[in-house]
Amino acid sequence: MSHSSTTTASPAPSVPHTPLPKLPARRRNAQDKQYRIGNIIVTVLLSLGAIIMLAPLVWTFSTSLKTHEAVFALPPQWIPAPAVWENYLRVWSAGPLWSGIKNSLIVAGSVTVVGTVASSLAAFAFAKMRLPAKNVLFLVLLAGMMVPFPSMMIPQFMMFATIGWVDTLLPLIIPGLFGNIVMIFFLKQYLDSIPDSIIEAAKIDGASFLQIFAKLILPVIKPAIAAQFILWFMGVWNDYLAPIIYLNSPENQTLQLVIASFNATYATQTDYPLIMAASFIALLPVLIIFVIFQRQIIESVALTGAKG
Amino acid sequence: MSTITRRSTLHRKEQRVALIFVALPVIGFAVFTIFPLLFSVYASFTEWNGISAPVFTGLANFQAMMVDPYFWQAMWNTLFLMIGIPIGLSLSLLLALALNRKMRGTTFFRTVYYVPVISSIAAVAILWQWAFNGDFGLINQALAMIGIDGPNWLANTATVKPAIIIMSVWKGMGYSMLLYLAALQSVPRHLYEAASLDGAGVLQQFRNVTLPMLRPVTFFLVVTSIIGGSQIFIEINIMTPGGGPEFASASIVWYIWQKAFNYLQMGYATSMSLVLGLIVFAVTAIQFRLNRRNQFSID
Repeated sequence: MSHSSTTTASPAPSVPHTPLPKLPARRRNAQDKQYRIGNIIVTVLLSLGAIIMLAPLVWTFSTSLKTHEAVFALPPQWIPAPAVWENYLRVWSAGPLWSGIKNSLIVAGSVTVVGTVASSLAAFAFAKMRLPAKNVLFLVLLAGMMVPFPSMMIPQFMMFATIGWVDTLLPLIIPGLFGNIVMIFFLKQYLDSIPDSIIEAAKIDGASFLQIFAKLILPVIKPAIAAQFILWFMGVWNDYLAPIIYLNSPENQTLQLVIASFNATYATQTDYPLIMAASFIALLPVLIIFVIFQRQIIESVALTGAKG
Repeated sequence: MSTITRRSTLHRKEQRVALIFVALPVIGFAVFTIFPLLFSVYASFTEWNGISAPVFTGLANFQAMMVDPYFWQAMWNTLFLMIGIPIGLSLSLLLALALNRKMRGTTFFRTVYYVPVISSIAAVAILWQWAFNGDFGLINQALAMIGIDGPNWLANTATVKPAIIIMSVWKGMGYSMLLYLAALQSVPRHLYEAASLDGAGVLQQFRNVTLPMLRPVTFFLVVTSIIGGSQIFIEINIMTPGGGPEFASASIVWYIWQKAFNYLQMGYATSMSLVLGLIVFAVTAIQFRLNRRNQFSID
């Protein structure tokens, strides 16, 4: 698969080929018309699908603005009247939502910032530097991706328990600081397309490897780093299994755990507006990041598949 | 200093720097993957409560597993939930074909269908739990409009698994759609033109040009979906906290988690997690084998 495969609906590059025999004008018009009718049908179907995709999210937002009673109204109200915006004030004192956001930011921020530096330097070394058996080493790291997290989570937990880190954020942060093999893989692919001669020339000029990385490599792989950074950040932000193993006290929990315990606590009191407000707050940051960076995210994801 | 020795010192210096650059990921891999994995192998042959030292018990854990009905039920549930994989892949291929047409609004639709993928799975599970509510949920209210009296989805042994499958398809479809779309756009146009000159109709073109060209992506998606599907946990943990009605939705990772951290049967839980890891490895290896053989048959 080519490097330039993107998802933007750009016209395919014109490949030299023998032109199709010209159809009689009437038949071509008929075909155009058929295609246009097809487009209308497809658009209608896609719109119906889009409604199904968005309905649960809209429903969440709508429920978060309702009174206790309006939640159980039949037929259901899509636009709550009156809209109870106070739910979004109430939610902050109803549980440790604020500390949840803070903890998630600490974990996701430190892991992705430090881990991205570690991953980029490693990708540079794997792609462009002399190191005996580096390809074997790289394949071993890659094979490690196949080990399911559940198969190592219990010994990992005991390791961190022995040094007294349970119920702190450290077990979520420390492993990530060492880098991320998915990111290394992706950046290495990207670097493989840069000619070695540029780097050799810089080496002869006496540049150090950190200088080569900063001046030559970084500018080229910046977009790839940015996209991978965003994807990783969203992944850590949305993580649940590792946090639920390590974090017990409410004030130490990450946002995802906080909303899950909102769900468990307030469902028994049927305070659904509060649960939905908390969930919506948890969804919002990632939704905003996605809307802003959607082109980079989508292209980067599409490329991962093409490489796979 | 002669040129040769000078160059070899330079090479040695380069190797040293390269080693420093790759050191962090390699150390991280050794400490957080290899060591836990080796320890898992050891711990699976022990009785271990996580507080006192593990006591070697030989194959006792694996024998217990063979006759543990909950283990088999959890395995079956996990396998059943994977029905969502072919459903999701077919739907996402249809979506990608639709979005590959030359028409307005494709970028908008692509974004909309991708939104569930980036959404927090915890939040998504919470909102679908509410959507599946028997009396006031979105699903049953929609069904009521066409005169169907919907069940209490998550409290019913017959509907709890389909409910989770529906949610997973909704959540994951956008991802495979995106990869299929990228693959469709990289199919060389002249292949279709050649096929249509040979008199191939739309369906024949799809079967003989599109599907073979999509094969690598399909392979990638099937492998990663199975690896991911075998580890389903969050949805189960949030939507059916007790493992569902009559244990009908407990997945294997949910059961491992339950045994390890609620019952402190670390040894037993580790042995189950090792079996899971081995199954995932075997299934992936078989798929790679099959994929290679099929590729030969095309050429």
